[in-house]
Amino acid sequence: MAATPRIIVVGGGLAGLAAVIKIAEAGGKVDLFSIVPVKRSHSVCAQGGINAAKNLKGEGDDVFKHFDDTIYGGDFLANQTPVKNMTAQGPAIIDLLDRMGVPFNRTPEGLLDFRRFGGTLYHRTAFAGATTGQQLLYALDEQVRRYEAEGKVTKYEGWEFLSAVLDTKGACRGITAMDLRTMETRTFPADAIIVCTGGNGAIFGKSTNSVVCTGSAQSALYQQGAYYANGEFIQVHPTAIPGEDKLRLMSESARGEGGRVWVPKDKNDKRAAQSIPESDRWYFLEEWYPKYGNLVPRDVATRAIFKVVYEHDMGIDGQPMVYLDVSHLSPERQHKLEGILEIYEKFVGDDPRKVPMKIFPGMHYTMGGLWVDFNQQTNIPGVYAAGEADYSIHGANRLGANSLLSCIYGGFVAGPQAMAYARSLPAQEGDGGHAAELARQKEFNNLLLNNKGTENPFKIWRELGDTMTKHATIIRYNAGLDEADAKIVELLDRYRNVNLSDKSQWANTSFAFTRQLWNMLQLGRVIVQGARLRDESRGAHYKPDFPDRNDEKFLKTTKAAFRDDAPAFEWEEVDISHIQPRPRRYDATA
Amino acid sequence: MPSTIKVEIKRQSNPDAPATTEKFEVPYRSGMNITSLLGEIALNPVDVSGRATTPITYDSNCLEEICGSCAMLINGKASMACSALVDKLTGPNKDQTITLAPLSKFPIVRDLAVDRSVLFENLKKVKAWVPIDGSYDLGAGPKQAPQIQEKRYPLSNCISCTICMEVCPQFNDATGFVGAATIAQAKLFNLDPSGAVLKEERLRALAGDGGIQECGFAQNCVQACPKQLPLTEAISDMGRDVFIQQVKDLFAR
Repeated sequence: MAATPRIIVVGGGLAGLAAVIKIAEAGGKVDLFSIVPVKRSHSVCAQGGINAAKNLKGEGDDVFKHFDDTIYGGDFLANQTPVKNMTAQGPAIIDLLDRMGVPFNRTPEGLLDFRRFGGTLYHRTAFAGATTGQQLLYALDEQVRRYEAEGKVTKYEGWEFLSAVLDTKGACRGITAMDLRTMETRTFPADAIIVCTGGNGAIFGKSTNSVVCTGSAQSALYQQGAYYANGEFIQVHPTAIPGEDKLRLMSESARGEGGRVWVPKDKNDKRAAQSIPESDRWYFLEEWYPKYGNLVPRDVATRAIFKVVYEHDMGIDGQPMVYLDVSHLSPERQHKLEGILEIYEKFVGDDPRKVPMKIFPGMHYTMGGLWVDFNQQTNIPGVYAAGEADYSIHGANRLGANSLLSCIYGGFVAGPQAMAYARSLPAQEGDGGHAAELARQKEFNNLLLNNKGTENPFKIWRELGDTMTKHATIIRYNAGLDEADAKIVELLDRYRNVNLSDKSQWANTSFAFTRQLWNMLQLGRVIVQGARLRDESRGAHYKPDFPDRNDEKFLKTTKAAFRDDAPAFEWEEVDISHIQPRPRRYDATA
Repeated sequence: MPSTIKVEIKRQSNPDAPATTEKFEVPYRSGMNITSLLGEIALNPVDVSGRATTPITYDSNCLEEICGSCAMLINGKASMACSALVDKLTGPNKDQTITLAPLSKFPIVRDLAVDRSVLFENLKKVKAWVPIDGSYDLGAGPKQAPQIQEKRYPLSNCISCTICMEVCPQFNDATGFVGAATIAQAKLFNLDPSGAVLKEERLRALAGDGGIQECGFAQNCVQACPKQLPLTEAISDMGRDVFIQQVKDLFAR
């Protein structure tokens, strides 16, 4: 083993950068791979804030309450030990970000300000306006730039991860990656790799996710033998702006600052929203959930909006939309939401300071992901994962403002763990599998470039997104899930007949996309089949035919393995060593 | 409402290839932006004459104007493609052709994609970071008055889109000017209680050729910035600080 461990981090969002910082600080050498310049990673889209029980509002908040809220919010599906560790580290992580210069909002005394978020009754969310993810990512990006300037980090921006290089014993010895300009595919050696490639919104076509959030890297590793866990748990965010090309998030912080969700009581009410008097508005979340009101967890709010629109037929103007109203808030409170109000104004054209926003739920977050142990290691030795790309922490439903925390926590665990692993790794035999893996990837490239088919990859993608959104988001039926799986099998078949209109070997984005598409299709099957097999309702996974949580049969982690070109499933007990599962009832008043 | 949108796109298959213009007519849908229009072309890469072509290469990621990827020239104006709505670009009768071209001051990669890594290099030069002691639990940071946060936060909203550099007459090979974004970031970190420890180094990095003195006060930057950063204010504040630092350094010799 070389004296200096060499670690590859894939993905330069919050989790990846957090891991890089820990490795560089401990004297390791890091190669950081990212499709986009890391400062443009999807973490910038996080808006509302980051949770930590600092208890600076005299409410008696503490890390155990944060732990309990997270487990309860996740409907008891998360393994409890890592969640306990994460929530315990929350306050120190906030302090660190503060020291890095994140422009968190302040109290008059100059202390950190905290706002409320969904699924808790405490002011636990530190924030920088309504662009907290951007501010956090930038802070970590700056620290990594500092290490880069010192020669401790080498960035490979504009490179896409294709696969892990595995040796004869199945341990990871590096990666294959493709330069998105020269289209060169090559291998890179590493003693361990950390995969921090985010969520998989692109599988659903339109989502709140960024373009790069395809789940391609996770899927490639799943096809190489990594378990993919709890794939069926997909968070549909209650408040997104429906859009032509994507669904734009309207942060939960809008409700945290006092925003209210409503529809006109009379569905034929033709008045402009702002002229409808209070008495003629139906604040259905406040009515149904008097204790949490507009700040119920996301899965609960999403189903409520869905019910109002499709069961009560009460959508605005008969459309699948409800009002999210911040027009009554004071200018000071609106100012704290500036970033997101600008997004609404730019993309919709109405001023949300004066007119209630029209919103509808949209696919938002991937609770499932690569299976990892409590040290963030997957079942492939030397392959670690952190952030949205792994399945830990959020269980069946993520609480708002826990994702930024889980990314940094996961990276902070994975970095040092990968270093420790690398230090005890025996030297590789032969070439460690590099030549064979490179040949496998080049064969795939050549197959695609020389295919004489007729299918447009973007059309296949659109059909995948349509079927996933229809059958595998808010409401799930077994018949629909079967239909979705059959559709994906059809799309995989048509993929073999794909035709690249661009076969050039320079900055060929459609070629890179077509490679991702194969992985999206494979992961789509994991999601729908996992959902098909889970005959219960838990967190974000809701089946009207099985409306109750069934702990006896399904208090288990779903694990998918890629066998014979299809997902094969097994189930694992959940760690409930700290908090006994109890019914999850946000409509209770006590 | 029109049924199609006419668009002309300046294309270049690689840095050494000649530039060409391709014309497309794309089915119109209400609410379309430039990135969804480019997505439509990828779905059916055929130009207006019916000739098969290739999907357009361009940078994009978040599609909500926060990642800074998709800056390009839209009807000649440097803008973010995601927040450029088609309805606002086709003129009063909604029939004008939209033109798309790459930013002109950066090396072309392909089509509408350019290489803007110069900005990230510039951020290294001005040490745009807080030199923390370590990532361990070292307690809370210094208190910071909300008034300071109100000054820092707008500067921290810079998305590195480089539009301020594209529109600046002084940003060119002859001057080597670092551009407004880098100067604003230097101010951001000089305002931070801990970041200020590197204040003098940042000011020295902005002195001399290519530094803040190259600014010609055209004020294009502040007008073009999609995130409304107070760029001219930052340049003027930093210009003063750089000058004071130069005088100090002169007498300290």
